[in-house]
Amino acid sequence: MLSALIFGLPIGFLVFSFITILCALYVVTNDNPVFSVLALILTFFSISAHYVMLNAQFLAVVNLIVYAGAIMVLFLFVLMLLNLSKENEPKVKYGWHFAAVFAAGMLLIILAASLHKSSEQIMRNPAQDIGMVKSLGKVLFTDYLVPFELSGILFLAAMVGAVLLGKRDKNNETEARDSSNNPS
Amino acid sequence: MNTDSIFSSLDISHYIYLSSVLFCIGLFGVLTRRNAIVLLMCIELMLNAVNLLFVAFSSYMGDSAGQLFVFFIMVVAAAEAAVGLAIIVMIYRNVRSTDVGLFDKLKG
Repeated sequence: MLSALIFGLPIGFLVFSFITILCALYVVTNDNPVFSVLALILTFFSISAHYVMLNAQFLAVVNLIVYAGAIMVLFLFVLMLLNLSKENEPKVKYGWHFAAVFAAGMLLIILAASLHKSSEQIMRNPAQDIGMVKSLGKVLFTDYLVPFELSGILFLAAMVGAVLLGKRDKNNETEARDSSNNPS
Repeated sequence: MNTDSIFSSLDISHYIYLSSVLFCIGLFGVLTRRNAIVLLMCIELMLNAVNLLFVAFSSYMGDSAGQLFVFFIMVVAAAEAAVGLAIIVMIYRNVRSTDVGLFDKLKG
């Protein structure tokens, strides 16, 4: 059954699917968080390749810039700032792994069983140009103008919130410095 | 690579299976890892699985609404990552660890 699933597929889909799944497995199983970030960047690159194959060129570029470029650099900076590495990675009991494999496998079975019929129901009329900036921008600035403006407000709120959360508390800091200077 | 051949030679069910597997890998990571930053990364992985499925359906149906939804999901993911990492840094200053098992100050 598995061979029937794999053989006869386009070689690009096969290669990038293997890269995606292998890198994703490396992300979740690796003990060193820095290597996890790097593997996750590779995963995002291969997902962008899938987007190009699916004629979603704008989203492929945005995925690279926003995810691989901005968000993962943020993760990497925080990991370096907190100086996390393999040594202070928390240990998990083995029983948890079996339970998690069981839960994720059950979810996989349910997802596959409930979704695999949907391929018969969708209409296939792939248009060539819906993934381009021109057509996506036209829809974004006419039909989806209000959500677009709201996402701008969301970004502003997130930016203010991140700065406010990341700011050091003045009182705590002076207390800590006083106590470290005067051990009495 | 001829992009036209993908739609004729590849059924959408393969993309469904691929993104289901990706989503379950992300779920496995969320269930097993204890490092809060790695947990956020696993959530990004699950979001990307959903994005891939959205793009696949949108491209097969020739409807651009799915790709716009992916655009908004990316917006929300970026905001979530920024605020989440700020919270983790703030907790790290107090607890000196990113182990989620130690974040039990709210426990009664």
